Amino acid sequence: MALLEVKNLSVDFKNGPQVTHAVKNISFTIEKGEILAVVGESGSGKSVTALSILQLLPYPVAQHPSGSIKFKGEEMMHAPDVVLRGIRGNKIAMIFQEPMTSLNPLHTIEKQIAEVLFIHKRMTPGKARERVIELLNLVGLERLTTRLNAFPHELSGGQRQRVMIAMALANEPDLLIADEPTTAVDVTVQAQLLKLLKDLQKKTGMAVMLITHDLSIVRKMADSVAVMYHGELVEHEKTEKLFTSPAHDYTKMLLAAQPNGVPQPFDTNIPAIFHADNLKVYFPIKAGVFRRTMDYVRAVDGIDLDIRPGQTVGVVGESGSGKTTLGLALLRLIQSTGTIRFNGQPIDAMAANDLRPFRKDMQIVFQDPYGSLSPRLSIAQIIEEGLLVHFPNLTPAERDKHVVDVMKEVGLDPETRSRYPHEFSGGQRQRVAIARAMVLKPKFVILDEPTSALDMSVQAQIIDLLRNLQQKHNLAYMFISHDLRVIKAISHQVIVMKNGKVVESGPTREIFAHPQQDYTKSLIAAALNIEVVNS
Amino acid sequence: MIQLSSIAQRRLLQFRRNRRGYYSTWVFLVLFLFCSFAELIANDKPIMVDYNGSFYFPIVKSYPETAFGGEFETQADYRDPVVKKLIDDKGWMLWPPVHYSYQTINYNLDVPAPAPPTLENLLGTDDQGRDVLARLIYGFRISILFGLILTILGSIVGVMVGAAGGYFAGLFDLLSQRFMEIWSGMPVLFLLIIMSSIITPGFFTLLGLTLLFSWMSLVDVVRAEFLKARNLDYIRAAKALGVSTPTIIFKHALPNAMVATISMMPFVLTGSVTTLTGLDFLGFGLPPGSPSLGELLSQGRNNLQAPWLGITAFLSLAIILSLLTFIGEAVRDAFDPRKIFKG
Repeated sequence: MALLEVKNLSVDFKNGPQVTHAVKNISFTIEKGEILAVVGESGSGKSVTALSILQLLPYPVAQHPSGSIKFKGEEMMHAPDVVLRGIRGNKIAMIFQEPMTSLNPLHTIEKQIAEVLFIHKRMTPGKARERVIELLNLVGLERLTTRLNAFPHELSGGQRQRVMIAMALANEPDLLIADEPTTAVDVTVQAQLLKLLKDLQKKTGMAVMLITHDLSIVRKMADSVAVMYHGELVEHEKTEKLFTSPAHDYTKMLLAAQPNGVPQPFDTNIPAIFHADNLKVYFPIKAGVFRRTMDYVRAVDGIDLDIRPGQTVGVVGESGSGKTTLGLALLRLIQSTGTIRFNGQPIDAMAANDLRPFRKDMQIVFQDPYGSLSPRLSIAQIIEEGLLVHFPNLTPAERDKHVVDVMKEVGLDPETRSRYPHEFSGGQRQRVAIARAMVLKPKFVILDEPTSALDMSVQAQIIDLLRNLQQKHNLAYMFISHDLRVIKAISHQVIVMKNGKVVESGPTREIFAHPQQDYTKSLIAAALNIEVVNS
Repeated sequence: MIQLSSIAQRRLLQFRRNRRGYYSTWVFLVLFLFCSFAELIANDKPIMVDYNGSFYFPIVKSYPETAFGGEFETQADYRDPVVKKLIDDKGWMLWPPVHYSYQTINYNLDVPAPAPPTLENLLGTDDQGRDVLARLIYGFRISILFGLILTILGSIVGVMVGAAGGYFAGLFDLLSQRFMEIWSGMPVLFLLIIMSSIITPGFFTLLGLTLLFSWMSLVDVVRAEFLKARNLDYIRAAKALGVSTPTIIFKHALPNAMVATISMMPFVLTGSVTTLTGLDFLGFGLPPGSPSLGELLSQGRNNLQAPWLGITAFLSLAIILSLLTFIGEAVRDAFDPRKIFKG
C-alpha cells in the first residue's frame, strides 16, 4: 500500500459567480521513502495540491468537487478536525517557502520547535529540550544549541529555514511536504539546504513531496517527478526517464527552457558611456537620545565601473551585498558620493532639473514585475509616461505609434495596450517594464534581477529579448543578478560584490573558469554544481 | 454607457452584495433629493398664484399685498385669511404639501405650544408654534449639506497634508505630525464655545471653525499609504523616467491612497453631522431660529411633556446616522480586495 494515495483530486475556488478550476482531476501516489518532485509554473496548482493533502485550503471558498486523499489507507478528504490535527505536524509535516514569515517573530526557537512536541507527544519540558537540541544538531545548527532563546530575527534566512525543517522533523513524520523550500534563500544556502534535506531523508526514511519550479533541483533530489500544467498532471515519471525522454510537450519545453547562449561581441574601441569612480553609499546608524550618527552601513563601498555601448556588465552577489543599492545610486535615485560620468559628463552633483534630460538615456528595469507597474494605469499609459516627460511636443497619435512600435519590439500584442497590468502574466509584465524603458531609446539600462521573479521558461525568453535589443540598439547593460546561469548567458564582464565591496572582477569566461576568491568559488560551485548535473 | 474597468465593476458588484448598504444608499439619496427641494415641499408661500388672469410666483419673488388688492405695501402674507380670500376670489393658489416654512408660526393653535400632532401639523409644533415637519425637512438638508461640505473640504486638506508628509517624509513629516498631535489635543468644544461668543456663528463661519479641527481624520491613512508608496518600484521607475514630483504624487501615489480615503469618507460624514448636531444641541451652533436637528433635540429635552419633539428628533437622527454607517460599511466592503462573496 502506498503511503499517500491521491485519486481524482479537483480543487475549485469560488469567487462569487467566478469559479477557478485550480486543480483538475489529478491522481498520484507517494511510496514510503520516496522523493516526489512536483514541478510546474506559478499558478499551475502545485501548492494547492499540497495544501489540500493537509486540508489546509480556505474552505468553503475552496471546494473539492471530486477526489480522495488516502494517507496510510485513511481518508483525509473531509475528515473531522480531530483526525486531521492528529496527522498535521505529526505524521505529515510541511515546510513553507518564506522563512521570514513562517516563524512566529515573538517566540524563541526553542518554544517554536518544542510546540509540536508538547502537542503531539505530550513531552515534559526537560525531555522536549533534549529533543530540541538533538534536532538542532540534526539540521546543522550546532551553534544554536547554546542559544535556544534566540528569536527568529536574530537568525539568517538559511538558519530560519533550518529551524523550520527542525520543526517539521520534530515528530519524525512519514511524509514531509516542502513547498519551494529554497526559493527565498541565496544560491549558496540553497545548495546546503538541499543537501541537508537529502541527507535527512536518507537518515529517517521519510517520504518527501518537494514542490519547486527549478528543474535543476529536481534532478539532484527526486526519485520521480510529477509535472503540472494549468492544474493538470501532464506527466508522472521516474526522474531519469523524464529527463532523458520527456513525453509531454510542456515537459519538453520546460527542459529546453534554460537560459543559454552567449553574449554578442561588442566594439571595444568605443569609449565607455557610463563611468563610476569610487562610488560610495553609506546609510547612517543612529543611536542614543540625540540620534547621533554612531556608524554607517557601508552598502556600497568604493565601486569603480566602466560600461561601453553594446557591453553587459554583470553584478553578482548574495542578497544584502549592495547590488541593488549600487544600481539606484548610479541612476542618482539615492544619495551617493564619488564620481559618476555619463557620456563624459559628470552627473553626480547635478540638480534634479538639470539631470532630467539625461534620464532619457539611462533607464532601469526592476526585479518584481508586479510591483513596478502602477496598478491603476493602463499599459499604454505606463509605457508613454516617459514620452510625456521627454517629448512633450508629440501629438497623442504620434505617442500611440511609439507605444505600438515598442510593444511589437518587446513581443507584446499592441491590441492589449488599453488593458491593466493585473490582466497580464509575470513575463508579459516584465516585457511591459522593458518597453517602458525602451520607448525612450536609452543608451544605458540597469537590469535589476529582471528574471528572478519569473518562471524558468519565461526567464530564457526574457534573456533572449534583452540580448536582441542590446544588439539592435547597441545598448550598454548593467545586469544585476544572483543567478550565475543567467549572468553567464548575457554578461561580458562580471563584478562579484560582497558587503558593498568588489571581491573579484573580470571577463565572464575567466571568472567562471578560474575564480580567485573563495566567495566567488562558492557562488559558482553552488550554481555550477546544479549546472553540471543539468547538462 | 461608460465602460468600467474590471476593478470598478468588481467593486460595484461587491457594493451591491451588501444589501443593507445598497438599499441604504437609495433611501438616503431619495431623502436627500427630496429635502434638497425643501422650499417646494414645505413653505408658507404658494408655489404659484393665478390672480386676475396673470400668474405670480411668490416662491421666487416677493409681491406686496397691494398686488392682490390688499391694503399693506409689505410682502403679502399668503396664510392670512384676508389675503387668502382676496386671491381665491379672483383666481387660485398652488400650495406646497406642507403649508409651513421652518420659521412660520402657527397662531391658530387650539392648545398652548408645543401642540401635539394634528392633521394641520403632522408632527406637531415646537414650543414657539412652528411646524416640526417643516423644521425637520429643512434641518435634515442643512445637516447633510454641512456634513458634506465639511467632509469634502476636510478631506482635501487632510489628503494634502498626509500626502506631503508621507511622500517627502523627513523633517516636514516630523513637524506636521507633532503639530497634529498638539492640535488634536486642543479642547475643541471649549474653543468653539469661546469663539462663538466672539463672532456670531453663521453657516460658513461655523463651517470654518469646525474645519479647523476636523481635517485630521484622514491624514494618518493617507500618510501611511504614501510612506508605503514612495519606496515602491513603480514610483522609483517614474523617478528614473524623470517624471516631476507633482506628477508622481497625483498620477501614481494618490490613486492608491484614494481607496483608503473613499472608504473612510462616509464615516467622516457621520462624524461631521454629529458634530453639528452636538453644537446645535448645546446652543453654540447655527444662529438662533435656524432649523436644525440639534435644536429640535434640545427642545425635546426642555419639553418632556411633548414627547413628539424628542421622538421625532431621536428617530430622524438615528435613521440618518444608521443610513450613513450602513453606506460606509458597504463602501468599505467594496474596496476590500480580500472580501469574499458568500454563497
